Amino acid sequence: MALPAWEVVIGLEVHCQLMTQTKIFSGAATAYGAEPNTQADAVTLGLPGVLPVLNQQAVKMAVKFGLAVDAKIAERCVFARKHYFYPDLPKGYQISQYELPIVEHGHLDIEVDGKVKRIGITRAHLEEDAGKSLHEAYPGMTGIDLNRAGTPLIEIVSEPDIRSAAEAVAYLKKMHAIVVSLGVCDGNMQEGSFRCDANVSVRRGPDAPFGTRTETKNINSFRYVQQAIDFEIARQIEVLEAGGTIYQETRLFNPDTGETRAMRLKENANDYRYFPDPDLLPVIVTAEDIAAIKADMPELPTAKKVRFESQYGLSPYDANLLTGETALALYFEDVVKTSGAEAKLCSNWVTGNLLAALNKSGKGIEDTPISAVQLAGLVARIADKTISGNIGKDVFEAMLNGEGSADEIIKAKGLMQITDAGAIIKAIEEIMAKNPGQLAEYRSGKDKLFGFFVGQTMKATGGKANPDALNRLLKEKLAG
Amino acid sequence: MNLHQLSLTAMAEGLAARKFSSRELTQHYLDRIAQYDKQLNSYVTLTAHAALDAADVADTRRTKGEVGGLLAGIPIAQKDIFCTEGVRTACGSKMLDRFVAPYSATIIDKLHRDAGMVMLGKLNMDEFAMGSSNETSFYGPVKNPWDVTRVPGGSSGGSVAAVAAGLAPVATATDTGGSIRQPAAFTNLTGIKPTYGRVSRYGMIAFASSLDQAGVVARSTEDAALILQAMSGFDPLDSTSIERPVDDLVGGLGKSIKGLKIGLPKEYFADGMSAGVRSCVEAAIAQLKALGAVVSEISLPNAPLSVPTYYVVAPAEASSNLARMDGVRFGHRSQEARNLEELYKKSRGEGFGPEVQRRIMIGTYVLSHGYYDAYYLQAQKVRNLIYQDFKRAYEAVDVILAPTTTDVAFKFGDKSDDPVAMYLNDIYTIAANLAGIPAMSLPCGFSDGLPVGFQLMGNYFDEARLLNVAHQYQQATDFHNQSPKEFL
Repeated sequence: MALPAWEVVIGLEVHCQLMTQTKIFSGAATAYGAEPNTQADAVTLGLPGVLPVLNQQAVKMAVKFGLAVDAKIAERCVFARKHYFYPDLPKGYQISQYELPIVEHGHLDIEVDGKVKRIGITRAHLEEDAGKSLHEAYPGMTGIDLNRAGTPLIEIVSEPDIRSAAEAVAYLKKMHAIVVSLGVCDGNMQEGSFRCDANVSVRRGPDAPFGTRTETKNINSFRYVQQAIDFEIARQIEVLEAGGTIYQETRLFNPDTGETRAMRLKENANDYRYFPDPDLLPVIVTAEDIAAIKADMPELPTAKKVRFESQYGLSPYDANLLTGETALALYFEDVVKTSGAEAKLCSNWVTGNLLAALNKSGKGIEDTPISAVQLAGLVARIADKTISGNIGKDVFEAMLNGEGSADEIIKAKGLMQITDAGAIIKAIEEIMAKNPGQLAEYRSGKDKLFGFFVGQTMKATGGKANPDALNRLLKEKLAG
Repeated sequence: MNLHQLSLTAMAEGLAARKFSSRELTQHYLDRIAQYDKQLNSYVTLTAHAALDAADVADTRRTKGEVGGLLAGIPIAQKDIFCTEGVRTACGSKMLDRFVAPYSATIIDKLHRDAGMVMLGKLNMDEFAMGSSNETSFYGPVKNPWDVTRVPGGSSGGSVAAVAAGLAPVATATDTGGSIRQPAAFTNLTGIKPTYGRVSRYGMIAFASSLDQAGVVARSTEDAALILQAMSGFDPLDSTSIERPVDDLVGGLGKSIKGLKIGLPKEYFADGMSAGVRSCVEAAIAQLKALGAVVSEISLPNAPLSVPTYYVVAPAEASSNLARMDGVRFGHRSQEARNLEELYKKSRGEGFGPEVQRRIMIGTYVLSHGYYDAYYLQAQKVRNLIYQDFKRAYEAVDVILAPTTTDVAFKFGDKSDDPVAMYLNDIYTIAANLAGIPAMSLPCGFSDGLPVGFQLMGNYFDEARLLNVAHQYQQATDFHNQSPKEFL
């Protein structure tokens, strides 16, 4: 009997840096990219005698996140010390949360291949980030930069509900959209503001017990997540099918090779000796606090998608695409508002031509060469029939080349649509006179030749004839 | 009368009346330190130049008629556990032998920057405040001025020796399990550990964060009240400090204690106390009765569990707090290390003394996976029971009276080879730390020529009452005015 097919089981831990001005336990700044150790104050350095003071902004942001994923916000949560020795961990312990995290039991609905799937969120806890070890800069030595140490993080732990790399990426993209739209994280993955550890295992079918899992650490792009998970799945299946064993271990992803490699066996890992941090009081979040935070919450992607469908009459697909990124949704709404055109037309231009152009040049919506106001100018001219949709594509290309606003381009290139019946009739009559044979055939019943006359007339008007007017007038004239 | 025998109030009056300048007062102490401290080893760092400069500033301001506080220009010495900007802060350890703090503890700022006191120097102590005899200091033991063959107590051994011998008018100290009260009792001083959270811990090198509390050792309750007043108050830099106004500690002295309800916990008066200590403490009880106090026996049934509870909680927190001493950013770094693991092992192995290493190992063990519940969690439960005992007791009485120590100061080496005997030294003092209540020790006589102290424990934030009871007692007695003869 054939063995059941392999099933992939994935759980993700997302580390999300919170956008507070100052660190989670001190007044040092959190800005990225400063000279090494210029943002390391006495508390960050873990000097003897210093004490942590909790940044209430970080608590608010964690609560915001919890509310956004329908989670339970703990009335009372506790900071704990997690001990291990590493040079970029100044105190010899990380202040984190262990038994009593601030957020528990949430979920996120993702959409893969048109199907909605709910992924459980076990917990999200507040903690401080570590510093950075710089191994390359100093031959034979290691430099320590503690600027990042003490930056507030929420670590978001999913249930092992994810079954493919595609689901993992969908989950991460959704999570990313949420934390960015909440304004709790800048979402910059290259700078490590949003990064993920992937726990991957495989088993023989959904009824088999979980297999041994590996944890691939610190993956900082959606594409790398896909690659790392796919590599890990293939590797594990290959090992198991060859009769080998998967070890519970921490692995590192190498973006250059697309492979993961073992870093350390988890069995030998530290005993973290967690205990409640006696320097910090338990954090109490009251119902009033939660209500105040709720009132201050921006619209979340899911709610926005629903609104886009009902308010703008968009398809679920388009609504999902447009609300996937806060900046894109904003851009779209700007185009609608500025152009005064039908939302569906705006959506077509944003999700079609604009996204295609951005994809082609590898740019994000933040770096779009065509502003929402510019695109609105183009859409407005299509809506008021100054130009046709086809001519619009030429104008769009010209805008991409920086040739100015839609009106400037239309004027400069004389692209104004011809709606004047007289001019169109004149063109039709010329075409009819030039093509007596085709005219006779048409009139004897060969309807297909209508397309020929449309094409010829369009050509004669330089594509500027209003298509509706052209069709109507042509039919009249051809009928004789 | 010698300057060093004046009370702080008398010094303030003398300065105000220009009978002497702050510089003269400061120089007087610097001279005495030069003359006597070789015998005692109470100071690890002298800041003579800075002290004279600070004294001059105080004198100049006084001459200009600028209004300073009562304590302006009066010298004080600081336990070397408090970070002092620009001055080495070694905490009794080789680990921090070359650590110059780049910032000052909140209480240092309060006493010097705000109150204008003059810092004479930094005082010897047990390494990282772990010890009851001052024998664990990297800088060598401090001698007891009453008998230099005996320990001054610990961990604030330098603080008490300096004040008892007149090498500082007053000194700060810290108390995690009795480190203010036991040495105060051994040297005939008044020492108070306030309520946990009353005095900021910011800049005080942590031993056991949930137990540590700064306080003062002084030659009288009035002196102690003056300094504690200046040290106390909410600090936004310490999340465990309490936002609550400070009572008028000095103004609260002088009230009658007629009708005051004093509880004597029977567990503290069972076996274990020496006859000499017992008779002095009983005399103190009689004296307080004579002043109108009503004395009754009470029970703190879980108090006998204090020592084992403490020796789980304190080492656990210490093992964590000392993890930052890793040789990476500050402190001792081994020159022998060839890789990262050796950097940690050798730096810590060389930098920490045996008692500190012992406590790190105990603490690491009790927090380990599989032992946490049996030790740390269990200890926290017992701690809560001890807290409940005190809460219940204060429903019936105003203050609790007990001995501070089982016996007078012991000889060097007597207990240093037996950690358990050494730990039992703190049997009467530890419960107050576990419960977080204020407690003080004050002199009540002599046994074979050596000082004996007794302890008063108060309800939360009841420092004012505690100090008033002590002051009333000192108004009626003369023990606290006795000084060691070799250091007059």
